[in-house]
Amino acid sequence: MLMQLARGSLVNRRWPVALTITTIAIAIALVVLVEQLRGQVREGFYRSVSGTDLIVGAPTAPVQLLLNTVFGLGDPNRNVSREAWQQIAADPRVAWTIPISLGDAWRGQRVIGTSSALFEHYRHGNRQPLAFAAGRAFEALDEVVVGAAVARRHGLTTGDELVLAHGSGNVSLHHHDDQPFVVSGVLAATGTPVDQSLYISLTAHRAIHRGWEQGVPPRRAPAADNRQRSLDADHDPHDHAAAHGNDAHAGHEHEDEDGHDHAADEDALPDQISAFYVGLNTRAAAFALQYEINRRDGEPLLAMLPGIALQELWRITAAAEGILRMVSALVVLAGLLGMLAALLSTLEERRREMAILRACGARPWQVSGLLVIEAALIVVLGMALGVALAAIGLWLAAPLLLDRLGIAVAFQPFEPWQWQVLATIAGTGILVALLPAAMAYRRTLSDGMQVRL
Amino acid sequence: MTDALLSIEHLEFRWPREREPVLDELNLSLSQAETVFLAGASGSGKSTLLALIGGLMVPTAGSIRLADQALETLGGAARDRLRADHVGIIFQQLNLLPWLDAFGNVRLGVRFSKRRRARVDDVDAAARQLLEAMELPASHWHRPANQLSIGQQQRVAAARALIGAPDLILADEPTSALDADRRDRFVELLFAQARAAGSAVLFVSHDRALAGRFDRQLELTALHRAGAAAC
Repeated sequence: MLMQLARGSLVNRRWPVALTITTIAIAIALVVLVEQLRGQVREGFYRSVSGTDLIVGAPTAPVQLLLNTVFGLGDPNRNVSREAWQQIAADPRVAWTIPISLGDAWRGQRVIGTSSALFEHYRHGNRQPLAFAAGRAFEALDEVVVGAAVARRHGLTTGDELVLAHGSGNVSLHHHDDQPFVVSGVLAATGTPVDQSLYISLTAHRAIHRGWEQGVPPRRAPAADNRQRSLDADHDPHDHAAAHGNDAHAGHEHEDEDGHDHAADEDALPDQISAFYVGLNTRAAAFALQYEINRRDGEPLLAMLPGIALQELWRITAAAEGILRMVSALVVLAGLLGMLAALLSTLEERRREMAILRACGARPWQVSGLLVIEAALIVVLGMALGVALAAIGLWLAAPLLLDRLGIAVAFQPFEPWQWQVLATIAGTGILVALLPAAMAYRRTLSDGMQVRL
Repeated sequence: MTDALLSIEHLEFRWPREREPVLDELNLSLSQAETVFLAGASGSGKSTLLALIGGLMVPTAGSIRLADQALETLGGAARDRLRADHVGIIFQQLNLLPWLDAFGNVRLGVRFSKRRRARVDDVDAAARQLLEAMELPASHWHRPANQLSIGQQQRVAAARALIGAPDLILADEPTSALDADRRDRFVELLFAQARAAGSAVLFVSHDRALAGRFDRQLELTALHRAGAAAC
């Protein structure tokens, strides 16, 4: 009964009410969006490293190494020698390693030099291995495997040719126009940065660089000649340790200016890689091995546990999140105060309506209850609209996040504590409405039937 | 006077912090279905008297018995119920909730009273019948109240006061915003429906031209001491 009256009253004041609802909706949308993004970005980050026990790279901050390697944010400025990688790979506690060579891009997407170990051992999400949506892993030197998002965005399928460039920016100073790669496989979507990357063999990665270092594009012939040859990089690094352990590849590939015709031995592994992922036989060994690697004599290395690095990252971002949460709380408060102002401003014009209701036999609590019901309707409508806005906002933000971080976000059902937050906001809104309701109550008692117009 | 619907004895009302009472030693009684014209200038305490009878205010002294209940002994909720059950009220103007249509405003009359709702078999049918009887064109029934003319609004207000056949209609200058023709017609229609419902009418106005149509005519000033003193 009161509900119908409240609805009629709200419809009568539809424009100011719509504005109030919109204010609350924007506040709620902000709160919901922040929480959804926070939770999903975190989960997305964890999904990306779910099966990796250690990441080893040149000494830097663990968070930096994690961002460089897994999430493609920035490039490491130092490398890891092949010898160090192979030594660690030979450790009996190590089950597998996945080498990562960074620094290349194709149309703004990372081109990563790696080995077939990636397709065997890398795990994402709930410990799932990578799967091929089409084709297979790279085998020949000029074959490339593309992530799901890359394939989708650029319409790539197996057999397509593309030309890779050095440098990870969109704008590359030097294009390797003469080195077309053939897409050998397309990965199934993972919702991690893998979707945003292209994978080639370490050797191919090195070959691109060789051409770049020499300042002129290399001949195409060697790549074509070797297309049928299986790459060393496809084998387990243990083998390489045996086969190439004494290889005399001198120095950094970027300093490699001695004029050798390296194109002839591109089946060799590069002397340096950016970093490598480590999988252990037992996860319990992670701390011990990390300790040993970090204390190792000779070439200094950084080994870090991705989960712990992520926690460190969250500690860094926690301050920003705290501020964001406080801002959203204040925006909600502003929205509710806006509603309070709107309700208070109607009190005077409602005086007449209250007198009419009183004359018809309404009790004072019914008259003031009308205000509370109206406020509750405003808050509930505002919240519903806000959640819808958040869903739209997330939908709009999703491609951006996928592009920048390789993390797929979608609107998730609320967790119980999030429902509690929403319920608290609704309750606060109704509490706020008690002020004008109390004023209305007092006025109805003192006005009686006499309303001075 | 056991058959009296309303009997007021030695009524006094004084606003808080004011020395002179508005109403003093007022005596008045109304029988069932009686129509009474109460004349009084504005500011003479007419509206105060109606608010006291309606149970919206409490007398500072004296007694008001309405439908066999002594108002001054009842709590606020009981007075509200008594008003909802037994009294229909028509104001001078702006009687209607502007966001409800004419129909909805009439239905409002039984919204707060189970007793009055129980007296009509079908609220919608009763509202339709009253709007028809008050000569509001059917095309106007579902217009928002603020789109009706003043005369139409007053007729809707009368229909609302009459629905569910309350024992007493309190009308506070209901015709003062109407021209003479419409004023006469309004009173005719009101009387006809009040008679049909068996409702008594206490009609307060300064417009004595209407007085002749009523069973009894009273001067407010003559009913109590403060009024006499004011004259």
